[in-house]
Amino acid sequence: MELRSYIIRRLILLIPVLFGVTIFIFGITMLFSPIERVSLYVTDARQFTNIPALIEMYGLDQPFWVQYGNWMGEIFSGNLGWSRVVGMPVWDAIWHFLPTTLELAIFATPIIIFTGIFLGTQAAAHKDRPLDHGTRVMAIFGWSLPTFWVGLVLLMVFYGYFTGLLPPSRLSVPMELLVQSAEFTRYTRINTIDAILNLNGPVLLDALRHLILPIITLSVVQMAFIMRLTRSSMLESLGKGYVLTARAKGLSERVVVNKHARRNALIPVITVAGYLFAGMVNGVVITETIFTFKGIGWWAWQSAVRLDIASVLGFALFNAVLFVLVNLVVDILYTRVDPRVRLGGTVQ
Amino acid sequence: MSDWKFMVRQLVKNPLSLAGIIIIFIFVIIAIFAPLIAPPPEGHIDPYRIPRDGYFATPQQPSEEHIFGTTEGQYDIFYGVIWGTRSAFHVGLVVIGIVLVVGIVLGSLAGYFGGVIDEIIMRITDIFLAFPALILAMAIVAALGPSLKSVIIALTVVSWPSYARLIRGDILQVREEDYIEASRGIGASNFRVIMRHALPNAIYPTVVMASLDIGAVVLAAAALSFLGLGAPEGYADWGQLTSFARNWIVGPSSDPLRYWFAVTIPGLFILFFVLGWNLLGDAFRDILDPRLARR
Repeated sequence: MELRSYIIRRLILLIPVLFGVTIFIFGITMLFSPIERVSLYVTDARQFTNIPALIEMYGLDQPFWVQYGNWMGEIFSGNLGWSRVVGMPVWDAIWHFLPTTLELAIFATPIIIFTGIFLGTQAAAHKDRPLDHGTRVMAIFGWSLPTFWVGLVLLMVFYGYFTGLLPPSRLSVPMELLVQSAEFTRYTRINTIDAILNLNGPVLLDALRHLILPIITLSVVQMAFIMRLTRSSMLESLGKGYVLTARAKGLSERVVVNKHARRNALIPVITVAGYLFAGMVNGVVITETIFTFKGIGWWAWQSAVRLDIASVLGFALFNAVLFVLVNLVVDILYTRVDPRVRLGGTVQ
Repeated sequence: MSDWKFMVRQLVKNPLSLAGIIIIFIFVIIAIFAPLIAPPPEGHIDPYRIPRDGYFATPQQPSEEHIFGTTEGQYDIFYGVIWGTRSAFHVGLVVIGIVLVVGIVLGSLAGYFGGVIDEIIMRITDIFLAFPALILAMAIVAALGPSLKSVIIALTVVSWPSYARLIRGDILQVREEDYIEASRGIGASNFRVIMRHALPNAIYPTVVMASLDIGAVVLAAAALSFLGLGAPEGYADWGQLTSFARNWIVGPSSDPLRYWFAVTIPGLFILFFVLGWNLLGDAFRDILDPRLARR
């Protein structure tokens, strides 16, 4: 079938990109001397007593390609190195921190997409009227906002001024203890979902209370982006012949905008899902850092600040692979949504 | 050149872009006259180092001596944000400058020659674009060691591929034009064709848009600084000044907003700087996109 061969071709095309990505990441580690690089493998301070032997053992004095081969071998056997910050292998650290970040993403993504598309549609439907100007100013403001600063100001108001209303971190201390205790089964380690599965109301409420500010911080910038994109795509679609036809048939403006124009206007919005993903990853690092929301972004920040190169590069590699796959899925979805797109890459 | 006059008139007519121009103009004035607005104290060697008034940790309220107050470690906020304007322009201009040169060279090589050269350059951009930008920048800064120079290098590395691609696209569009064919026909060298005919006709919109990305670059640099991956402590830098306030978000229970100045002021400078460029950029986008301008 056409689609299958397209997917296979795209997967094959990924190989050189991922090869380049690994060369690049490995090239960064090569900026360091063998002595510094030994620390990527050291899991216990006592091992430092015999550095030359370690260098030899891991082949760190070998030529570039040999070392690269060894390194790739390690990666394929699931060894991304040792994360000094949390004292566990990088791969385990990623799995350990991922649920926390997923919890943020599960809430933020729909909010960003639906609010962004809704406001964008409204702006286009009311072009050059106050609503359009208002949302436009909001959007430009939104994506000029330094995310980290928004987080601080939100905390100042909702944690400081309204004393303790919406606190940082993931759970308050008693709830954290409850969650860690034997009575509470951690199915997914995503607090809100676990709380629902455990039928535990207080934990759910507490988790949501801690989620509100991070979600706002994470959403503001991306929402502005989706909104502006939907607006311009809607404007283009509203000028098309089929919209004129729909209006001529006497359909209500609401149906014309929401059905005829918007469905087609959403196609370009789907293509930026990849950018949205990248933006979320960037935002997650900053958001989790400010709110001490200990997820994958917080861990990446800790690793970067403490110059734990193995973790930072492991995280970068993980994200690159994920990002490339997301883009692949987006492209495949695109061909499903827009029948005009032919799998050869040309538009009829 | 009537195009330019038309463009300028459009920009001044639109209240949003006019606001953008005014904001940028104010920042330019602040940057130029920084030594007059916030003169470094006597015997201060490096003016980019924020002078400290003691080593006490708690931020101090705005006073006559420190009109925006002092932040953690008694760094003067007013001095920091004024000289921080210079740092912002420095990072923004250097990064955009390098990125444009790299982007123009590689983009026009790829677009003009096509074939293998194009394929190689585009696959290299694929590799760089495979990373979420801030993550790659963080990794590079962490590897090079945190400093302003590392931030500039990191931001250059993460942003050149998109410009190379844009310029390649522009060149591809003009490559088949008759005047390119004609100049090749009369024996002009490839270099001459690219420099004299292809580039001037292809890249102005991209270059204009790229210059307006200064705001985005400064925002990214501020984020890195905030994360502790930027200039050394005490350097006049908005991102760092914001990070100093992290421990002082909440004041004593009698006065929870006590340290508002330390939390908000540096961030407001970042916000308005970026806003100025984005306002202008948004207006430009409308002018440059004729499909939308007609409606």
